[in-house]
Amino acid sequence: MANREARLAAIRTAFPEGGGVVELPGGDLQTFRVDRRVLPDLARHLKDDPALDFKLLLDVCGVDYPAREERFEVVYHLTSLTHGHRVRLKVAVREGDAVVPSVYGVWKAADWFEREAFDMFGVRFEGHPNLKRILCHPAFQGHALRKDYDPGQRWLLREGEQDEPAWAKEAQENEDHFETQVLNIGPSHPATHGTLRTVVRLDGELITKAETEIGYLHRCFEKMSETHTWNQVIPYTDRLNYCSAMMNGVGYALAVESMLGVEAPPRAQVIRLILSELSRIMDHIVDVGANLNDVGAMTPFLYMYQAREELYSVLEACCGSRLTMSYVRIGGLSADTPPDFEDSVRYLLRRIPKLVDDMETLITENRIFRGRTEGVGAISAEDAVDWGWTGPCLRATGVAYDVRKAYPYLAYDTYDFKVPIAHAGDTYARYLVRVEELRQSLRIVEQALERLEPGPVIVDNHNVALPPKEEVYTEMESLIWHFKLIMEGMKVPAGEKYGYTEAANGELGYYIVSDGGGKPYRIKVRPPCFAIFQAFPHILEGHMVADTVAIMSSLNIIAGELDR
Amino acid sequence: MSNSGGKLSLPAARSGGQAAAARQPDGSQVFLTTKLEKLLDAARKNSLWPFPFGTACCAIEFMSFMMSHYDISRFGAEVVRFSPRQSDLLIVAGTVTDKMAPVMVRIYEQMAEPKYVISMGVCACTGGFYRAYHVVQGIDEFVPVDVYVPGCPPTPEALLQGVVKLQEMISKGETHYQRTLAERRAARAQAGA
Repeated sequence: MANREARLAAIRTAFPEGGGVVELPGGDLQTFRVDRRVLPDLARHLKDDPALDFKLLLDVCGVDYPAREERFEVVYHLTSLTHGHRVRLKVAVREGDAVVPSVYGVWKAADWFEREAFDMFGVRFEGHPNLKRILCHPAFQGHALRKDYDPGQRWLLREGEQDEPAWAKEAQENEDHFETQVLNIGPSHPATHGTLRTVVRLDGELITKAETEIGYLHRCFEKMSETHTWNQVIPYTDRLNYCSAMMNGVGYALAVESMLGVEAPPRAQVIRLILSELSRIMDHIVDVGANLNDVGAMTPFLYMYQAREELYSVLEACCGSRLTMSYVRIGGLSADTPPDFEDSVRYLLRRIPKLVDDMETLITENRIFRGRTEGVGAISAEDAVDWGWTGPCLRATGVAYDVRKAYPYLAYDTYDFKVPIAHAGDTYARYLVRVEELRQSLRIVEQALERLEPGPVIVDNHNVALPPKEEVYTEMESLIWHFKLIMEGMKVPAGEKYGYTEAANGELGYYIVSDGGGKPYRIKVRPPCFAIFQAFPHILEGHMVADTVAIMSSLNIIAGELDR
Repeated sequence: MSNSGGKLSLPAARSGGQAAAARQPDGSQVFLTTKLEKLLDAARKNSLWPFPFGTACCAIEFMSFMMSHYDISRFGAEVVRFSPRQSDLLIVAGTVTDKMAPVMVRIYEQMAEPKYVISMGVCACTGGFYRAYHVVQGIDEFVPVDVYVPGCPPTPEALLQGVVKLQEMISKGETHYQRTLAERRAARAQAGA
């Protein structure tokens, strides 16, 4: 099922020519233009036909084209885990009649993605169970990602105007049912790691209903990226998943590079891979440590943080920044690594396993920890895929989907590493998967160090990369290139691209639309933990209130990536 | 007889053990006089209890600032409390959005006086490079700030320096809380006179 014709034929059996499904030529992915009237049927067919088997809905997003008659386009990205193929669907609607049928009934993953498209563009999804704003606050007016919305236009939210779930008010009024109470957890709570809010209804200590509220860290990444040049977006990407900033930049740069048709030099690719894997280790360290801390084990957090500080020092030596690195450039890296880079990475390869071993000795067979986490927050593989989960949380349910293996980039297919999976799908399984993944990442780094050859770290193409500084000061032509790149930005050919990489939490996708200008027309990030966190209130039901904390931190929800 | 002119500096108190019981070489007793307020300020500045209002990337660096490598306990501010009732230093670490601002204001109002605010990172100071529709352009729109620590995120050393700076301000009576108090007292004195 790897080719376009076969997929098209499988769709044509149910939707013949003229039946509302048109294949668009070219593009980075096979794309269909879909009439909104047939969308629910097509969605069902794509999911259920074994020849297509698109079980995983990755992303739903809107794009605004004010010049077109059908102003808004809703774009769906789908993948099949069994056949390893992808398609994109596009539904166009007019401004006065911006209604699209919801696909929540087919893929639960559509839940929050559709709400986001509604929030940002005002496209209504008919049949969605809870269509309201998700990222912007309730007092917000207008739809922020429309092209005619002023990026600086703010709206004040006053105390008491926050959104409360409807059932929360009902439960409070029902006084005769005295054991029921509504508890608000977050957004400022030690276990919410930033800015997440969960409202739970309790019967005694048992959670009978839960709802989460996000958007407390909505920093307008997507709007900001439309007002900056392609390279200026990189610092913004660093602040998506700030626990592993490098990987966001690498994913973005790879997507833009493929649109430009350039490739980073080999040395830059190997360094990107090494630092990405070190970032993955850092991310898992913080997540495992924080998870343990939240269930009451402080000591392992201190061990893990020691490892993290040592990792930081290597990153800092490369680019001068500990956390938000901005080391990647489109076409390569901003600078070469320091001379002692290899030695310090080798030191880490010896040092980190010791700290992880110490932590594992304390925790992995610890009765209290297992009691707190085994069977807690379990989710089946089927449900996880339906909710759009990827990454370690999905692999803990037994689905061995890893972008590095399924769609290799940065030559991951030439490295020897395994994709660890577990089967229980619970908090303990997620812990085990993360620890094992961390060890596999160390293996990859070890192999990558062998391939680190001297050479340039950025492409020698002045349409993309700045000329060296000494040339800018001495040669007229280089000065002109420099000026043009700084003032206008590089020109990315018009088109669209869905680039995806395996970030610490799962598939991090960038859906990029370029109109050929010096700034991106639209960048939609497919954040892995957005899909994961939307299942959280449903997992919570039936658990004890103390499990909220254990489950939440095991999902590794990073607010920067969740809310963008 | 030494009189520090109403100023009790902590090293003097430390070297003499109990200041009031210290003796001069000839055996006569030494008295250090100070104001009760100054004594309390000396105690307060050396035992700040921070409330980490961590929202974003800066919260990760705040963790580094707490952990053994940088170790804020060297400066007496390691008792982190997640209850605003039990803390006197609000460290706003990270971007505050319009959605989050009422929460921050509520927490600030719940803190008992005296209270101080450190704004950590450029997002909290000015909105940083998020000049955007959902981001507060500096938390001083909503709460008074004593120390601004710039950086994106600031290094843990920078935040340590911010805390030390705040300690200096407390001992000099320059924090927002102390200045407001002084103004209020002056106004009351004027009204009385």
